[in-house]
Amino acid sequence: MHGVNVSQSSSSPADRRLSALVRHLEGHSMDSANHSIAAAPTSGSTGARISVFDHVVRAPEDPILGVILTHLPCSLCVRLSFLNFPVVVTVAYNKDPSPAKLNLGVGAYRTEEGKPLVLNVVRRAEQMLVNDSSRVKEYLPIVGLADFNKLSAKLILGADRLVYLHGTSPAIQENRVTTVQCLSGTGSLRVGAEFLARHYHQHTIYIPLPTWGNHTKVFGLAGLSVKTYRYYDPATRGLNFEGLLEDLRSAPSGAIVLLHACAHNPTGVDPTTHQWEQIRQLMRSKALLPFFDSAYQGFASGNLDADAESVRMFVRDGGECLVAQSFAKNMGLYGERVGALSIVCRTADVAGRVESQLKLVIRPMYSNPPIHGASIVSTILKDRTMFQEWTIELKAMADRIISMRQQLFDALRGRGTPGDWSHIIKQIGMFTFTGLNSEQVAFMRKEYHIYMTSDGRISMAGLSSRTVPHLADAIHAAVTRVA
Amino acid sequence: MASAILSLTSASIATSRPLLDNLKVNSKFGSSSQTTFLGKDYIKTKSFTRTNMTVAVEVSRFNDITMAPPDPILGVSEAFKADDHEMKLNLGVGAYRTEDLQPYVLNVVKKAENLMLERGDNKEYLPIEGLAAFNKVTAELLFGADNAVIQEQRVATVQGLSGTGSLRLAAALIERYFPGSKVLISSPTWGNHKNIFNDAGVPWSEYRYYDPKTVGLDFDGMIADIKAAPEGTFVLLHGCAHNPTGIDPTPEQWERIADVIQEKSHIPFFDVAYQGFASGSLDKDASSVRLFAARGMELLIAQSYSKNLGLYAERIGAINVVCSSSEVAKRVKSQLKRIARPMYSNPPIHGARIVANVVGNSDLFNEWKEEMELMAGRIMSVRKKLYDSLSAKDNSGKDWSFILKQIGMFSFTGLNKAQTENMTSKWHVYMTKDGRISLAGLSSAKCEYLADAIIDSFHNVS
Repeated sequence: MHGVNVSQSSSSPADRRLSALVRHLEGHSMDSANHSIAAAPTSGSTGARISVFDHVVRAPEDPILGVILTHLPCSLCVRLSFLNFPVVVTVAYNKDPSPAKLNLGVGAYRTEEGKPLVLNVVRRAEQMLVNDSSRVKEYLPIVGLADFNKLSAKLILGADRLVYLHGTSPAIQENRVTTVQCLSGTGSLRVGAEFLARHYHQHTIYIPLPTWGNHTKVFGLAGLSVKTYRYYDPATRGLNFEGLLEDLRSAPSGAIVLLHACAHNPTGVDPTTHQWEQIRQLMRSKALLPFFDSAYQGFASGNLDADAESVRMFVRDGGECLVAQSFAKNMGLYGERVGALSIVCRTADVAGRVESQLKLVIRPMYSNPPIHGASIVSTILKDRTMFQEWTIELKAMADRIISMRQQLFDALRGRGTPGDWSHIIKQIGMFTFTGLNSEQVAFMRKEYHIYMTSDGRISMAGLSSRTVPHLADAIHAAVTRVA
Repeated sequence: MASAILSLTSASIATSRPLLDNLKVNSKFGSSSQTTFLGKDYIKTKSFTRTNMTVAVEVSRFNDITMAPPDPILGVSEAFKADDHEMKLNLGVGAYRTEDLQPYVLNVVKKAENLMLERGDNKEYLPIEGLAAFNKVTAELLFGADNAVIQEQRVATVQGLSGTGSLRLAAALIERYFPGSKVLISSPTWGNHKNIFNDAGVPWSEYRYYDPKTVGLDFDGMIADIKAAPEGTFVLLHGCAHNPTGIDPTPEQWERIADVIQEKSHIPFFDVAYQGFASGSLDKDASSVRLFAARGMELLIAQSYSKNLGLYAERIGAINVVCSSSEVAKRVKSQLKRIARPMYSNPPIHGARIVANVVGNSDLFNEWKEEMELMAGRIMSVRKKLYDSLSAKDNSGKDWSFILKQIGMFSFTGLNKAQTENMTSKWHVYMTKDGRISLAGLSSAKCEYLADAIIDSFHNVS
């Protein structure tokens, strides 16, 4: 759902403007010598001027609404789709006074103590940057920090064996890749989509069902039309592979297809290597254009190469694709907004022209990207020791999440909770699609103070060894007492 | 959707070439295949264990894309870098330089960054609207903390990606909620303004501003054009230090501009990129905005901290919408967030924290004011030196005093395109083709050289 489009109301734009203007004109004196505040807005009474923004409605996703929601009866809450927004979940969580409360809606890594984490290697890189008196804050080029772009491309496209970024993808060696620094994953997706809407002959993008909540809006506002392909199978809590293939097969030739490189958000269900190969062959045979969203490289399995394999498979066949990279999770740089868009082209000449057009998208959007986060990433990736340290800290985060999965699975098995919970350890990445329905989710919130999005998605990053038993109890109760 | 329509009409649509129809694709698993097209083998096969990698198309899907021209402003610096001449001078982009022509990181900024590092702040996502502490101080800086609009909570403030990003959020808001409304921009104006409105799908037209005959403000033309615009037009105004001309209205002229805008129920839209940097005084440079706010008008203001805090690359700014009530402001803010989320989700934290720390700490704030006076002071003294050099060297009797009257980082020299090309090709002085020079990139030491270049270009090239 694109959200409320206020411009599509009953009156024409001209009518609305006119009535707004009429209200204006009637509201205050036309005497140009009168400089005083006619019909002071402070009055707040009938003398107040009508705002030109009066027709602007409050957006439904406003987190303030979350506060209102918590006063509604739960049965009503459950039916409201915007309980599926993590930010709303967090607001509700914040208002809960229970000491046992657990926020499993959060999309950011938490330590065993439930705290946000800044990686040690990131702190060190930052210290180096701040201490370097030769550093300046001059505008970056429109395409961003050159070092960062090169290193990011190498990180995702790499080589078959990434030994400290040795060996390079032929695509990079042949200068067929253009990489531009963007504002994390979202910014990379948006710039890529705007580019495709202007320069690619097919304006439909296929996204998996379900997918990250923001995808539809990003692509829609960029000017692409959005269709879906089947992905998640609730019956197996796994991949609906046949459905996926069927839907891609019936897509028009040349259509764009969004692929989660690893750790599918929100389901945690990824294709196997064999399935990826089949997807690749099908897509290439129909000239479908892959657009990868890579937000969890290294974070999913703990291994940077393994988590990039789907992308590399496509690049190895010599074809073209887009990749949106985010360093929010794997480097813990969430608020710094660091990411990159790479477009792998057939030839270096095409890549050069594509890059020039990407600049025309970026310049009227924000001119050039922010330097801080990209400098941190660049500092770490180009230094052998820091890179190694990073891989260790990254693996620790991934391992903790994998361990939470195992602990939760064991806890449910130990309680004899009905159902097959193996999907918890089969799914990968930060999130688990539990399979709990919205009534069960509401029950868990009410009785156990456990907060998750109403689609049953939980963030494993929000769990700790200490809190797993509480969650297991809650799931057990929900499954046995609520239909 | 307007943006989609715009994309379709403005882009050269790369239609699918018949090549795809002619391709013979053999996707049989396990076999290798070859077909010739234009005499070339174009199905590549590669053996990878037992899998054959077949590729369906040879030609790029992006093959019809043309090379875009370099950015007229940012491209100047690129050209400058490529030049080896020892006397070269970069007067292109508006980035402050010291007398030694070095970039300058403010001391207060370094102090703030050290403070932040010591505190060990985390890097969690900001809310979509940005850092609350930043939003608070930025609005207070613009209006004054005791201003009615602040006291009454009538300002919707959302952190944006410097000036450009903030302008873009506002443009998207205009497109969505005032469909068909135009923006009136000054002739000339900052080169990127029209791109922002084009990409946002907002129609624009120009109001007269620069008078080449006087090298000053065409005030009557400006007033006439604002009056002639359909009611409810958004009028883009530069809060101070007009870019590219450096020519600002006087306080009396601002009052008259406000009169006309009120008469026509237009909506003022300020671009404030130089608060404090123009005159050296934060309050003085905000007086035009405050004048409008004091009249009870609703207005939009885009702010940037690129120049006044030297935070160019951190991309920190804000869009402020002054509304008639706090209730409306809440709604407007929520809709600005809806625009930001599918663009970049939430804004970058680093620059916002620096601003919040500097402006929020009275010692740092005072230090900042001093540094800003120094920067603005250097530019004013370089203006004087350039004027003196020009007056001394030019025997034609041309009046160069416009250089002293203009304010801010830039000066509109009045040089035409051919003359500016001469500046670059003969004198290795890099500037934008509209005749704009950035005084921030000029040192006292180079004033005489620049004067020679300007005089030569002006008199010997047409």
